[in-house]
Amino acid sequence: MSDQPDVPPDDVGDPGPSLMQRITGVGESARRALLLPSLALVLALLVGAVIIMLTDVDAWQLMGTDAGAAIGDMFEGVWVAYRELFAGAFGSVRGISETLFTATPLILAGLAVAIGFQAGLFNIGATGQMFVGGLFATWIALHVTLPSYLHIPLAILAAIVGGGLWGGLAGLLKAKTGAHEVITTIMLNFIAGFFVLWALKTSAFQDEGSNIPQSSPLPESVQLPTIFGDEFRVNIGLFIAIGAVFFIQWLLYRSTTGFEFRAVGSSPGASLYAGMNVAVLITLVMFVSGALSGVAGSTMTLGLPPYRVSESFPGTIGFDAIALALLGRSHPYGVLWSGLLFGALIAGGRTMQAAAGVSVDLVIVMQALIIMFIAAPELVRAVFRVEHGGEAADQVTRGWGA
Amino acid sequence: MTATANPNDMIHVRATPEEKRSTIIGAVLIALGAYIFWQFGLGVEPGLQATFNLSLQTDTVQGLAWVVDPRQFSMIIGVIVAGLGGWRLTRRALQYTNLSLAISFLLLVMAFLAWAAAGSQFSLVGMLRSTVVLSVVVVFGALTGLMCERVGVVNIGIEGQLLAGAFAAVVLSSAFGTAAGVLGGVAVGALLGWLLAWLSIRFQVDQIIAGVVINFLALGLTSLMSARILSEIQTLNAPERIPAIRIPFLADIPVLGAMFFDHTYFVYGMFLLVFGIHYGLFYSRWGLRSRSVGEHPKAADTAGINVYWVRYRNVILGGMIAGFGGAFLGLAQVARFEENMTGGIGFIGLAAMIFGRWLPIGALGAGLVFGLSRAVQQKVAILNTGIPSEFLFMVPYIVTIIVVAGVVGRTRPPAADGIPYIKD
Repeated sequence: MSDQPDVPPDDVGDPGPSLMQRITGVGESARRALLLPSLALVLALLVGAVIIMLTDVDAWQLMGTDAGAAIGDMFEGVWVAYRELFAGAFGSVRGISETLFTATPLILAGLAVAIGFQAGLFNIGATGQMFVGGLFATWIALHVTLPSYLHIPLAILAAIVGGGLWGGLAGLLKAKTGAHEVITTIMLNFIAGFFVLWALKTSAFQDEGSNIPQSSPLPESVQLPTIFGDEFRVNIGLFIAIGAVFFIQWLLYRSTTGFEFRAVGSSPGASLYAGMNVAVLITLVMFVSGALSGVAGSTMTLGLPPYRVSESFPGTIGFDAIALALLGRSHPYGVLWSGLLFGALIAGGRTMQAAAGVSVDLVIVMQALIIMFIAAPELVRAVFRVEHGGEAADQVTRGWGA
Repeated sequence: MTATANPNDMIHVRATPEEKRSTIIGAVLIALGAYIFWQFGLGVEPGLQATFNLSLQTDTVQGLAWVVDPRQFSMIIGVIVAGLGGWRLTRRALQYTNLSLAISFLLLVMAFLAWAAAGSQFSLVGMLRSTVVLSVVVVFGALTGLMCERVGVVNIGIEGQLLAGAFAAVVLSSAFGTAAGVLGGVAVGALLGWLLAWLSIRFQVDQIIAGVVINFLALGLTSLMSARILSEIQTLNAPERIPAIRIPFLADIPVLGAMFFDHTYFVYGMFLLVFGIHYGLFYSRWGLRSRSVGEHPKAADTAGINVYWVRYRNVILGGMIAGFGGAFLGLAQVARFEENMTGGIGFIGLAAMIFGRWLPIGALGAGLVFGLSRAVQQKVAILNTGIPSEFLFMVPYIVTIIVVAGVVGRTRPPAADGIPYIKD
């Protein structure tokens, strides 16, 4: 096999064809590795443009009287939407700050999904793990009085424990009973969501008397310090996310445990015969995955002005993370770049919604298309007539029986 | 089997898995019986009565009610459940393990209701009727999954197919009338079924990822169109609610009439589909071919069956069932479209399919269990029991996890489930 661009050639243990190579059928050079995702993004933007035009109600109502003007309006609509998208993501210091701020939890949750994929597990439960991790962090934030340099690490540690336990629970269920993680993690998402909704109304998280599911303000000692000044939201959570990228890179490709994770992902049967404790490994992978989501959750509770935790703080991050892990082909560096890209798309999408009236839901559609094009590279090749890689898309996950 | 099985199990003569299960469930049931006895029995003040109403206002026969003393009632139930547990501990008659569990579950619900309704009234028949209504989408979702998985295609996209079906049904019904709405919902379901089949057969895309794509597409597109079109033209989100059809005579039967014979045609359709698919799968050429493709596609191919065609056909049919279920959600249950109105019910359908062991009648039973847990949650929320509503909301999801984690015992999916077939 040829080396992956991001893995040093002296990598301990043969990582086998990476997910990237398995899905894309390319792996010879970084240029070719980037080709498919870039084309997928371009295609998604094109389809997105068509959708903006098709849903332009005002232009369609004009179509009967003045078709030329209507079509002009439609193209104008697309132009304005994408201009605002780009401006909202990169057009100013605020835009860049918003992009990085949005990317922070995405990178962390994306790593969570990616490490699951590497071990053959599909963690759709990042949302629930963010809920639990974020709630644990909030509890520490409200109930412990410490100087900032201890308070923040302790709160994040609590998030690691909370998210890890919630993810590990799904892993344990999988290992001990065979319950598929796709179903259990989704159910755990709902359970965690309702639990947070209840918890935020209790006196442990807010002052007596209020019935709004929102915590008391977090003390300043636990608020994540901002990087560009208080005017901009991006905070040191970004450094935590980047640190996690390097840590997971080390864990997966430099440590025995990581090797075992990937071995379980490639073949649980062979891993069992090689003497690995597959049940423990599956639980551990889900613990690490949940812990990463938990940290993502803590950045959304400790780093989100006005520092009052509300009941929906994970938003759609847990699901965006799936698209992002696929786009980054489950590689930590790939997740970093895709996280930044999605951060830009979503931050820009918010501006687009406000300024151009195109709902940010368009970004969900684009994510779906990106996953689809990445998972079915033949589709992209058919459109762009790129040379054929010669390999079919391989399977990332396993069926119910495994 | 998972990789966790201890190889020693096969060498030494030990308790079989069924026997172990019987013991574990026996212990759980005894504990449960004791809990019911203390909490729901002794936990009620003496002298209070619980009234279960057995008539709805629309019923022909009025005023039926069942009055119990929750204290006695729950104490008796606790003893029965514990007794069933003791019977399980003996490891005799292993075929009755699941039946004991099912009976205990129903008794638990009854004791809980008696406790919750102590000193007040409770519409038991209303709850039973809601059970049927709330199980419909779950059952349609489970049947969709079953149609696909019986031919070896995993469908995680049920949620998206239901949502898109509901959207299309609501918009088309608002614009062109009910018939167009239902047909449109079915057509959009078929389209998304085709997309799943196309991605997983033509491109051999990982089927779980293909399903996720469908869920994202459906959620993104329906939310986008809801925000951009339905909010501007609100007449497109005002479908006529599909009325119930009272079946003459049968609907007049107390309790059963309200439960089963006073519904929209979706509900009757659900029962017909369940039994139709069951008959088709096990007594027709179509079913034999479908099952052979799901169990051993290569053998099916050798026997001259077109594996790809069978998979396309069944996955599209499955999508149509989801579209029909979505139409029920959009036109009968809610009668308007709301963003992400499915809220995870497609995944519960998937769990129901597994719970029902890939059998249509099992899917119906599992769907009714989830319907019951939601109906109990809704009705108990009104009773002011002091249990936070958030915890009641969790119940269906917790039930799903317990079910999937194998309280019903290990299930065996079709052998070729999730594996793309590549013809040599």
